[in-house]
Amino acid sequence: MIEALQFEFMQNALIAGLLASVICGVMGTMVVVNRIVFLSGGIAHAAFGGIGLAFFFGWPYLVGTIGFSVIAALVMAIVTLKAKHRADTIIGVIWAIGMAIGILLLDLTPGYNVDLMSYLFGSILTVPDSDIWMMVAVAAVIFGVVTYFYNDYLALSYDEEFAQIRGVRVNTLYVLMIVMLALGVVMIIQVVGLILVIALMTIPPYIAEKYSKSLVSMMVLSSVLSALFTVIGLWLSYVFNLTSGASIIIVAGVGFLISLGVEQLMASGLVKSVQE
Amino acid sequence: MSNTIIDIQNLNFSYNGQPVLIDVSLKIHEGDFTAMIGPNGGGKTTLLKLMLGLLEADSGSIRIFGKSPPSVSHQIGYVPQDVHLNKNFPISALDVVLMGKLRPGRGWSRYSSEDRLAARQALEKVEMDKFYDRRIGELSGGQKQRVFVARALVTDSQLLFLDEPTASIDTKGQAELYALLKDLNDTITIIIVSHDLMVISGYVKSVACVNQRFHYHGDAELTGEMVEMMYQCTAEETCPVELIAHGLPHRVLHKHEDE
Repeated sequence: MIEALQFEFMQNALIAGLLASVICGVMGTMVVVNRIVFLSGGIAHAAFGGIGLAFFFGWPYLVGTIGFSVIAALVMAIVTLKAKHRADTIIGVIWAIGMAIGILLLDLTPGYNVDLMSYLFGSILTVPDSDIWMMVAVAAVIFGVVTYFYNDYLALSYDEEFAQIRGVRVNTLYVLMIVMLALGVVMIIQVVGLILVIALMTIPPYIAEKYSKSLVSMMVLSSVLSALFTVIGLWLSYVFNLTSGASIIIVAGVGFLISLGVEQLMASGLVKSVQE
Repeated sequence: MSNTIIDIQNLNFSYNGQPVLIDVSLKIHEGDFTAMIGPNGGGKTTLLKLMLGLLEADSGSIRIFGKSPPSVSHQIGYVPQDVHLNKNFPISALDVVLMGKLRPGRGWSRYSSEDRLAARQALEKVEMDKFYDRRIGELSGGQKQRVFVARALVTDSQLLFLDEPTASIDTKGQAELYALLKDLNDTITIIIVSHDLMVISGYVKSVACVNQRFHYHGDAELTGEMVEMMYQCTAEETCPVELIAHGLPHRVLHKHEDE
C-alpha cells in the first residue's frame, strides 16, 4: 500500500475514499435510523438519469448528477411526506424512470463511448482533484447542518410526533435531510458506483448501531468502519488487480458477516455464563 | 368555576372520507383529571392528536390556553401510545427524556446542565434514575413507558396527555403510576386515554366517553350508569364481556338512545 501511494491517482483514491467514508458514516446513520434505505436506493439509481443528461448536453458529470438527483430526491421527499403509504411505489417508479432516462440519453449521445461500468461500479481510481474539492464541500455542508440541527434530527428520527409537538419543523428538516442524502449519494457513487452505494451506506451503520449509545457515536463508528473497509478494499484491488468498488463492498460484506458472528458468540457466551 | 384550558367546539374530523369524530364539543378546566374512554377506533387518540396540533380538524374549533394547538403544543406534555418505536435506536434513557427539553432552533448550543439535572429528577420521579445510561431498547415495556412519562414531565407543562400509558405495565406499576399522576394533578391538568375503567376510576376526577360522538362527561364515581356507558362504548354487541365489579351484576345493556 505504501509504495502504491506514490501514484497520484492512488493518493486521490485514498482521499476520496476517506471523504466518502465520512459522508457515509453521517448520512448512512441517518438513513438507517430513519429507515429510508429504499429511498436512498431510489436516489442512487435515479442519479443515472443525471449521468445521461451530463453526457447528452456535455455538462460536467457532477452538475448533471447533482441536479438530477436533488430534483428526484425532492420529489421523493414530498411524496413521502404527503402520501406515506404510497411512498415506496412512487420511489420505485422514479428509481426505474431515472435509470431509463439515463440509458436513453446515452444512446442518443453522438459518439458515445463511455465506460458504463465505471458509473455502475465506481471509478475511485480516476477521481480528479476538482471532484475531491467538491467532496470536501459536500462533507463540510453535511457536517455543518447535522451538527447544527443534531438534537432536532435526533428527536425527529426517534419520535417524529414528539419532535413536532416540541416545535421542531419536521417537514423542513426532513426535506433538508433528503437533499443532503442526494448530495452524499452522488459523491459516494464516485467511489463505489451507484449499484453498490447502498451497501456502503447501510453496512457500516448497521454494525455501528449495535455498539453505539448515541446517534453521534453511531456516526463516528460508522465513519471509522467505512474508512477501514474502503482502505482494505482499495489495497486488495491494488494487489490483486480487481475492481475497486466491488472489492470495497466485499470487504464491507465480510465485516458484516464478522459482526453477525461476534454477535452470535456474545449471545452464546452470555448463555454459558448464566448456566455456570 | 376554574379556568377553561381546553375548549373544543363542534369539532369534525374524517380520515379518508370516513368520519372519525362528529360534532365533538368538550371543555376541560384547570385541575381536571379526565379519563377518556371508548372503543378502539372510537377516536380517542385522534382527539388527542387534534389537541396536540398533529392533525387538522375538518371543521370546528380547538382552543388550548386560548390559542390554536400548533402554537401551544410545546406547552403540553405528551406520552404516546406506542413506546416500542425504533427499538434498535442508539439512544439512552436520559437522552430520550432530554427531548422534553428540546427547544427548536437552538442550533449549536446543547442541553444545559440544568436541563440534565431536570431530566435526572424526572427519571427519579418515575423511579428510573438508575437506568438513565441504559439504551432505551434494553428496557422492558413498562420501564420504557416510565421513561416516556419522565420525558413528558420534564417539559414543565401545565397540561399532560397520556395515551394508554399502562398498556405494558404490570398491576403494581400501574398503581404506582396512577398514584404519581394523582400527586401531579395537584398542579397539572391531566387527560388520560384508557380502556381500563376499573383501575382508573379510583384516581381520575371525571370521565369522557368518545365514540365518534362525544357521549358523556361527568364525575368518575364508578356508578352503574357509567359502567353501562363504558360498555355501550366498548361493545357493539348487546351482551358485553363478563364484568367483575363490586355490587354490579353482569347485565345486558341497551344501545345509545341517539343511535
